[in-house]
Amino acid sequence: MWYNIKGMNRILEKKQLSENVYEMVVENPAIAHERKAGQFVILQVDEDFGERIPLTIADADAERGTVTIIFQTVGASTTKLSRFEPGDEIPVFVGPLGKPTDIRKAGHVVCVGGGVGVAPLHPIAQAMKEAGNKVTIVIGARTKELVIMEDEMRRIADELIIVTDDGSYGRKGLVTAPLKELCEKGDVDEVVVIGPPVMMKFAALTTKPFGVKTIASLNTIMIDGTGMCGGCRITVGGETKFVCVDGPEFNAHEVDWEQMLKRSGAFRAEEASAKEHVCRIRG
Amino acid sequence: MTPKEKMSIPPQAMPEQDALERARNMREVALGYTAEMAKKEASRCLQCANAPCRKGCPVAINIPAFLAAAAEGDFAKAIAIIRETSLLPAVCGRVCPQEKQCQKDCTMGKVFKDVGKAVAIGRVERFCADFERESGAKKNVDVAPPTGKRVAVIGSGPASITVAADVRRAGHDVTMFEAFHKPGGVLVYGIPEFRLPKAIVQNEIDGLKAMGVKIETNFVVGRTRKIKDLMEKDGFDAVFVGTGAGLPKFMNIEGENLVGVFSANEYLTRANLMKAYNTARSDTPFWHGKRVAVLGGGNVAMDASRMALRLGAEKVYLVYRRSEAEMPARIEEVHHAKAEGVEFRTLQNAKRIIGDENGRVAGLECLQYELGAPDASGRRSPVAVPGSEFVLDVDTVVVAVGNASNPLIPATTEGLEINKRGNIVVDPETNATSIKGIYAGGDIVLGAATVILAMGEGRKAAAAINDYLASRGHK
Repeated sequence: MWYNIKGMNRILEKKQLSENVYEMVVENPAIAHERKAGQFVILQVDEDFGERIPLTIADADAERGTVTIIFQTVGASTTKLSRFEPGDEIPVFVGPLGKPTDIRKAGHVVCVGGGVGVAPLHPIAQAMKEAGNKVTIVIGARTKELVIMEDEMRRIADELIIVTDDGSYGRKGLVTAPLKELCEKGDVDEVVVIGPPVMMKFAALTTKPFGVKTIASLNTIMIDGTGMCGGCRITVGGETKFVCVDGPEFNAHEVDWEQMLKRSGAFRAEEASAKEHVCRIRG
Repeated sequence: MTPKEKMSIPPQAMPEQDALERARNMREVALGYTAEMAKKEASRCLQCANAPCRKGCPVAINIPAFLAAAAEGDFAKAIAIIRETSLLPAVCGRVCPQEKQCQKDCTMGKVFKDVGKAVAIGRVERFCADFERESGAKKNVDVAPPTGKRVAVIGSGPASITVAADVRRAGHDVTMFEAFHKPGGVLVYGIPEFRLPKAIVQNEIDGLKAMGVKIETNFVVGRTRKIKDLMEKDGFDAVFVGTGAGLPKFMNIEGENLVGVFSANEYLTRANLMKAYNTARSDTPFWHGKRVAVLGGGNVAMDASRMALRLGAEKVYLVYRRSEAEMPARIEEVHHAKAEGVEFRTLQNAKRIIGDENGRVAGLECLQYELGAPDASGRRSPVAVPGSEFVLDVDTVVVAVGNASNPLIPATTEGLEINKRGNIVVDPETNATSIKGIYAGGDIVLGAATVILAMGEGRKAAAAINDYLASRGHK
């Protein structure tokens, strides 16, 4: 019975992938068993005073009962989480939340990941491949050190393209350049894009003229993750949607990206000062 | 005492924290009666043979009997009488809309032609419950010998607490599942500390634990595990769904997705459950609005506007499209909000929210309203006055216009019948759903209602679950 063993949330492995990016393998058999590509968890580093942060699942092992998360330190909570070590337990770790990705055989699927967004893209690319699709993966990062999960992605991809802003690894430039070229070839059936909102916005603009179905996974501010608070709401196709229960994936051509960009910055000042605060105390 | 003597006893006012002082702290506003006041107030009861109060109570507490005991100073007996039918007296004494229920048809109120002079049943109830808890007289509930049957209770709000207790009492093994990290549902995330101290809710939860109810927090039934799996694979014989009305409604006006616009659920959850008011310790960021407009006229709107004051807002408007008489909020909360400095803007309604160049709230455009003919709800329907637009200078808007049903359980439970509003359809006698062994109650069935109605639903459902399990014999 899964519920009896769901709650340990012990960190089994921890790896620092780049300066601000960490990977953790967390023991949670219930989530490992139930999760599907595209779903996320919500965690808290402190049950009483911690904030609730949504993180998309990067990988899971149902047999071992583990879930892999990859996160970037942004505010106080992610900074505190980065200080957890193997053996520690994450006080709150709940999920899997959100609707799973619609996985089916579309033909040629291009998966585009930017920065830490490559992590949640991984299970989707994996599932797309398993469904019999030809999978091209585009990884974008500011610089070489920030490229994550290259080996894992290479194992899945029929073709892997890496681009960096500064040209320190792979092609120099933005993910939109190879994405455009792929679309121009005319054999792309679906695009899945996960990354910073601004990147997703431009990826959507790139594919739109080609009429290629494009899915984006949004990582908005959330509290409960079950539809109760509405903090994650966003306009899609002129209608308000809740990312936690209606998403996290939406038609990228219909997302109001300007609004998405503004809403994700709602607490930016508070986050920056909180992170600073934590760093001063603990760092 | 003769009726005339009873009528000469003045209604006992509730001692309260000073309005301006309390508007800046989180402590409970109403301080509670003293024993002397409780006795005096209880002795005002005329002991009417037809007990109109009892008919107004959704769980039909034997009100005259408990008031008679309280008037004698026998508070232990009084609370025992309340507990025959009610499970959460300390909560209901604080949050029930008594003036619309038990106190509505109280003869004493009728005598004075003023519902405000009815016997303050809720306040005496609260005193009895607090007396029981504080004196340590609260007894553990007797639990029948184990039946071997297992019941899953989904959600941990008032309906679920009631079901868990009543089903456990019959000897069944009960596990309660809560999506959040703390049990209590709306009692902890929604209703603020200054109206319902969290320690009181915790006391009820501790009571459940003492009875042997298991509580699984951080468990989203439907996602972490589907109901079907709980029943087919995990050995639960019956399930109660009490997941509440957790899907905030918005006004569908321009600017509602601007930064600085919150559902009351989000606003209150950040402040209550996530303790964002404690800026020194809480990691949950809070939006420190200086000028706040709250849209709505119910208890949640009162809670949000009063919370805004406590979080440091300089100006708080409560914008409601009808007049004060139509407000669904408890009268006491309306009075409290006003006394604390919330500015009521009745017969006004939001038309659009104005944003600045950064997508943040810069103002609220409103329209003046007037009351027309009564609508389906029996209340006079508000009609906009054309051309009456004006702008309130605010940086924060909190939308408190109600909740729809949370779709998570229906969406993940095949075959569960819901109505067009998304509420789970149940048999009104038993609260049984369209799936055998699954029962539902509270706001997920009623739409957004009250704690005591949820409790009443819970009692009905629990009785039906106990019957159902008994009929299936021993395993």
